[in-house]
Order: sequence, then C-alpha cells, then structure tokens
Amino acid sequence: MTTLKILKYVLYDVLRSKMIIIYTLLLFAISFGIIYTGKDVSKAVISLLNIVLLVVPLVSIIFGTIHFYNSKEFMEMLLAMPVKRKNIFWAEYAGLSIALAVGFAIGTGLPLLMYGGASGSFYLILSGIFLTFIFTALAFLASVVNKDKAKGIGFSLVIWFYMSVIFDALVLVLYFVFSSYPLEKATIIVSALNPVDLARILILLKLDVSALMGYTGATLQHFFGSAFGMLFSMGFLLLWAVMPTLLALRVFNRKNF
Amino acid sequence: MIRIENLKKKFDKNEALKGVSLTLGESTVAAVMGPNGSGKTTMLKCILGLVKADSGDIYVNDCHVNGECEYRKHIGYMPQYSCFPENLKVKEVMAMIKDIRGNHCVYDEELIEKLKISEMNDKQIGQLSGGMKQRVSSAAAFLFGGDIIILDEPTAGLDPVSSEIVKNKILEEKKKGKLIIITSHIVSEVEAMADRIIYMLEGKIYFDNTKDELYNSTGKANLNQAIASLIETAESEEKQ
Repeated sequence: MTTLKILKYVLYDVLRSKMIIIYTLLLFAISFGIIYTGKDVSKAVISLLNIVLLVVPLVSIIFGTIHFYNSKEFMEMLLAMPVKRKNIFWAEYAGLSIALAVGFAIGTGLPLLMYGGASGSFYLILSGIFLTFIFTALAFLASVVNKDKAKGIGFSLVIWFYMSVIFDALVLVLYFVFSSYPLEKATIIVSALNPVDLARILILLKLDVSALMGYTGATLQHFFGSAFGMLFSMGFLLLWAVMPTLLALRVFNRKNF
Repeated sequence: MIRIENLKKKFDKNEALKGVSLTLGESTVAAVMGPNGSGKTTMLKCILGLVKADSGDIYVNDCHVNGECEYRKHIGYMPQYSCFPENLKVKEVMAMIKDIRGNHCVYDEELIEKLKISEMNDKQIGQLSGGMKQRVSSAAAFLFGGDIIILDEPTAGLDPVSSEIVKNKILEEKKKGKLIIITSHIVSEVEAMADRIIYMLEGKIYFDNTKDELYNSTGKANLNQAIASLIETAESEEKQ
C-alpha cells in the first residue's frame, strides 16, 4: 500500500520529465518515418527491431542511472519517514520502468497500430517492454553499488556496451573456435545469457526470416517456435528483469545514504 | 527521547564515529556543532536510519532502532538541501507527505501559512529558487507535529523574514515539550536558539553541556569565543 502511495508521486514526476517526453516523441518520429517511407509494415518491423535493440537498453540504463542519483535526496527524505526501504525501492523502480515502458509503447506502438500492424509487431513491443524493465533494473544495480554518480554512469555504459556490442563479438569468436562442433544447442544456451540477443532472436523468428540464418536458424526456429521455446525465452527475459532487481534491492537495504 | 550508546561507524578506513554516547530529553534545542568530517551528519543519519551503525545502540522514545521504520513516525526531518522531485507541484509534495504519514496525524499548518507556501502551490519544485525550496522543506518538516525534529542547517538559504519565522517556530515547539536537534555553522543562530551544545571532534563528542556551562568552562562571554576556545584547547591537547 505504501509502495503504491509513493509510486503515484514518482509517476507524476517521471511522466512530466522532459526526457521521457522527448524519448516518446523521438521514437514516434523514427517509427512513423520508417513505416511511412518503407510503405511495408513487415519490413519496417525489422528496421525498427535494430533501433529498439540499441536505443531502448541505452535510454533505460542511462536515464535510470541519472534518475537514481537525482532522487537520492528524495529517497533520504522518504527514509526519514515511517516507510520501509523496500517500499521506496519498489516505488522508484516500478515508477521509472512503467513510465519508460509507456513512452516506448506509445512511441513505437502507435505508428504500427496506425498502419494496421504486422506479424512480429506484438513481439517487438513486448520485447521492448521487457528490455526497459531489464535495463532499468541494471541501472539501479549500477547505481546502488557506486556511490559516485560519474562511476555509476560509466558502469552503466559498460553494461550496455557489453550487452549490445561486445557480447556478439565474443559469441562470434566462440563459434569460430568451435566451428567443427555442432553448436545449435549451444547457440540457444548462449542466447539466454544476453537479454538483447534473446529479444532479437525472439522477434526474428516471429518474422519468419530465420531461413536467412541457415541450419542454425532452422534449429532456433524449431526450438523457439515451440511452446517450450516461447516459455524458455519469456522465462529468461523475466529472470533477467527479476535477478538484477532483487540484487539491487538487497544492496539498497544495506546501503548507507 | 533519544538515547545513543557507544555508537561506532567506519566508512572503509575512515572512522566516522568512535563510540558516541548521548542522551537527549524533551523541551530541548540541541545544537550539534563541529568541523567538517567530525561525525555530525553520520550521527544524525544513524538516528534517522539512513546510515547503519557498525555497533552500538540507538533508542528513540524507548524504541530500539534496528532497521524497523515505525519509530520514525515521531521524527520530522529537514535536510540541508531541498530534496523533492523537480517535476512535482508544491501542493503535491504536501499531499504526498500527508499520504505517506497517514490520516491519523494532526497536521500543523502554521508554517505553511506564515511562509506563504500556498502562493507557490501550483508551481513545480524545479521552478522554485533555492530559498523557496527551503521554505517548502521547513514547512514539510513541521507539518505532521512529531515529538522530535531534526533540522540540518535550517535557515541556510532563507531570507531574513523566513529565517526569523523558522527560528520562532523552533522556540515555540521547544516550549511544547519537543526535542529539536539542529546542525549549523551560523554561531549567532545557535546562540539564539540552542540551550544545549554538542561539539564533535574526530568522531567523538568533545563537549556536551548547556550553553551556560560552555561559557563558564571556557570563561568566555559569547558562543563564538567559547567555540574558538574549545578548538584551541582541543588542538593543544592533541599536541601533548
């Protein structure tokens, strides 16, 4: 109940933030532009996928980190009231994640809806929302373990860079080194280690472009196309949102303000 | 009202509190003074539960401070810097405090009226000047009428009129039997309000007694000189 009371005011604050408004308008302009110029909603979803996988994690983790440090004095003020630490943490996390997810859903979802949508649109929006919650949790984790704002933002950037750029390079090296072994099952396991990859595979397979990925694509299609595959990917995305949040909460509960 | 027993706190290698013991009763304005890094803020944050002590005990109205939050219903707090979210309106900030504190409280809206907070009701916190934010912050600290009020640099940034209103409010609340703890570097302000001086040095309480006792023990006639004398004595003791 206390969490909901605080959440209401965190939402008032974040939804009025210029950053969220700009983020929503920017996503809307990009999405609308891509769909309008391409005239083909299905192809536009693939283009949007690349933007979503790059922009959503970056904005969520950086805005999340800045918001956490800017709210430090507010959290101190709340902590001086008869409120449990976990209530403050959940309200801040939920408030920010919901606001960013709403901004994303409107900015990307509205143009898709206006043009009648396409296969994969639903999964694009769902993955974007998952990535918002995951990277906001990672932002909170980076912020609670670093007292210094500059270090916290730096750490967040490293996390984003690792997930969005370095991880793929490492996977390529792995596949190259073990190219003489069957790697289809390993691909599925490795993909679960990075939420950005998980989201990418999920959407690509729903777009029926897996044939472009050869035999591995067929294996992935077979796996992720099944009910178990769906549960696997959703389960891991959920795990990626829950684990950093619980870890951040654990540190937050012991933190000296 | 507040009892602290052998409180210790270390931040990495820095010992912020080296066994602080203190008892503070009702109808008191206690000024916690000392140079930067002497442990004033850490001690106050330990009372508020913002910093977790390594060892020692704190009791607030006989309630042991051990991670529970209920004891904080007795405490009003005004931080040194305004702390409200930039995009909230002033009226929303006040509503939020009432929402969180619950409906069972009797609200003291005297400062809201005297500091003319209502005139700013529809403005967002981000649109207010530093002094205006401090006015909101001080009105919020006194709003729900707690028995203990902790004020960190209460008049810093306030204009003379608002500063006088807050000072008078502090003295009025003391008369009602409340315990008010202030930290301040403005000696004249402390002299005007405080009846007890707690002077901290390097994580320990170096002096803790009434203002009159401080004057007697140092042989000085005003607080500025008395504090200077305390520091000189401490430095000469350190050299020996």
